[in-house]
Amino acid sequence: MLKDITIGQYIPGDSLIHRLDPRTKILTVIIYMTALFIINNAIGYYFILLFSLNIILLSRVPIKYYLKGLKPLLIIIILTVSLHIFMTPGTVVAEIGPLVVTREGLKQGIFMGTRLILLVTVTSVLTLTTTPMTLTDGIERLLNPFKRIGVPAHELAMMMTIALRFIPTLIEETDKIMKAQMARGADFESGNIIQRAKALIPLLVPLFLGAFRRADELAMAMEARCYRGGENRTRMKQLMYTSLDTGAMFVTIVFLGFSIYTRVAA
Amino acid sequence: MIEIRNLTHKYRMGNNQELTAINNLSLKIAKGEFVAVLGHNGSGKSTLAKHLNALLLPTEGKVMVNGLDTSDPNQLWEIRQQVGMVFQNPDNQLIATTVEEDVAFGPENLGISPEKIRQRVDEALDIVGMADFKSRAPHLLSGGQKQRVAIAGIIAMRPQYLVLDEPTAMLDPSGRDEVISTIKKLNKEEGLSIVHITHFMEEAVYADRVVVMEAGEIVLEGKPREVFSQVSVLKKLHLDVPAITVLAYLLNKEIPEFPRDIMTIEEMVVALCP
Repeated sequence: MLKDITIGQYIPGDSLIHRLDPRTKILTVIIYMTALFIINNAIGYYFILLFSLNIILLSRVPIKYYLKGLKPLLIIIILTVSLHIFMTPGTVVAEIGPLVVTREGLKQGIFMGTRLILLVTVTSVLTLTTTPMTLTDGIERLLNPFKRIGVPAHELAMMMTIALRFIPTLIEETDKIMKAQMARGADFESGNIIQRAKALIPLLVPLFLGAFRRADELAMAMEARCYRGGENRTRMKQLMYTSLDTGAMFVTIVFLGFSIYTRVAA
Repeated sequence: MIEIRNLTHKYRMGNNQELTAINNLSLKIAKGEFVAVLGHNGSGKSTLAKHLNALLLPTEGKVMVNGLDTSDPNQLWEIRQQVGMVFQNPDNQLIATTVEEDVAFGPENLGISPEKIRQRVDEALDIVGMADFKSRAPHLLSGGQKQRVAIAGIIAMRPQYLVLDEPTAMLDPSGRDEVISTIKKLNKEEGLSIVHITHFMEEAVYADRVVVMEAGEIVLEGKPREVFSQVSVLKKLHLDVPAITVLAYLLNKEIPEFPRDIMTIEEMVVALCP
C-alpha cells in the first residue's frame, strides 16, 4: 500500500523541455503563472490555452500523466467552478430550484476552471521533466544571490535532497513497523477517526525514534566525508545555460507582455 | 602511519559519572597494512575507530595520522580526507538520491573540479563493481550493494586509510562476502591501509594483524594464526571462535602433534588427510 507513493514523478525523456536548465524552467513557470493571473478575458484565455497546449506537446510526456496529476484536485475544481456559476449576480440564464445560473457566473466559472487546470498542468510539466535532484540544484542556484540577506540557500537545498533520499527509506520502515504491530494484534483499519488516530501512536513513536537515530548517524557520516556546509564546495554536475534557455525565456516574457496587452486593451 | 599513544577516552554520563571506553591504549598502523580489530559489544572498538579520523577526540593521550595531531582543529579536514570511514548501517550513510551523486558527495566537499570528480566517481564505482548501477536510487539496492557504494564514496576521496566500523553486521551472508572481497581487493590491488572493526572472527582471517580488545584495552595482538590458536582465551572474551578452529583446538588437546593454528576448512582437510 505504502509502496505506491512516489514523490517527484519524473518521466525520463529527451524533449526540448527536458533539456532546459532547471533555473529556466522554474523562472518561466513563475512568469507563466503571473500571466495566467493577469489574463481576465476570453481572448486572453484562448491564447494561454493554446500556449499551454504547445508546452505540453513539446514535453512529449504522455497526456495520461497530466490527467493523473489533476485527479486529486478534481473536487476543488468542481467546487470552485460551481460556486462561481451559482453565486455570481447578473443576468439570469436558468433556474434550478433555489439555484440561479447567470451569464456572468457561467463565464467566471469557465475562466476559473481553466485557470486552475492550467496552473496544475503546467506546474506538472516542471516536475515531470526534471529530476528532483536537478530541481533542488536549480533552487539552490536561484536562491544564491539572496544569501547576502540571510537566505540559507545551500542548507535548504541540502535538506530537500536528504528529505528526498529518506522518504522511501522511512516509508519502508513505516511498513515494517506496521506489519510488526499488526502481527501482535494492532488494528489500524477499524473504528472511528479518533480510534484510528489513537492506533497510530504506537506506530509514530518508534518511527520518530528511528528517524532521530538515523539523523544522528547520517550527520556523523557526512562529517566523516568532510562535509562543512556550502563553503568551497564544488558540484560534479554543472548546470548549463544554453541558447535554448534564452529562447524559452524570451518566448515566455513576450507571452507575459501579450497577456498584459489583452487585459489593458479590453 | 597512524600512531595511537596512550589513548584514554572517557564518556561523560549523566550524573557526573564517567565511563572509560578506552584505557591507556597504544597501537601503530603502518601504511598498506590490513589490521582487524576484534572485540564483543562494549569492548571499545567503535570508540577507537572514531578516534582515527577525529570524530572523537582523546580524553588523554594522542592520535597522530601521518604526523598530524587529531586534536588540532586546523588539521581536521586533512585528517578526514586521509582516513575514510565506513559505518555499520548502510542506509544511514548514503546522502544523495542516485548512486553516482552519492559517491560524488565526498569529492564535492573537498572542492575538486567537476571533471576530476566525474573521473574519480567512475573510477571508484569501477573498483567496487557498481558501475552499472550509477544512476540507481540507493534504496533500490541490496545491503551489500549499498555498503559497496558507501565504500566507493570514501575511496573517491583518495584516502590512505580506510576504517570500517562493523561494515557487515547488518548484512546477509552474500552481502558480507561482497563487502569482504571488496575490502581484500582494495588492500591488495590499491594498496589501501585497512582497519576492519568486527566481531566476526572469520573476517579477521584475511588481515595481516589481528588486535583483540576487551574493556578498552588490547588483550591479544598478532598474526591471525597466532591469535586464532588461543581458543581458550578467545572463548573467555565471548568471541565466536570459528568452528573449524575449535575443532583443531580440541583435536590438538587429544593429539599433541595435531596443528592448533588451523583457520580454514581447506587447511583442516590437508591436516587430516595429508
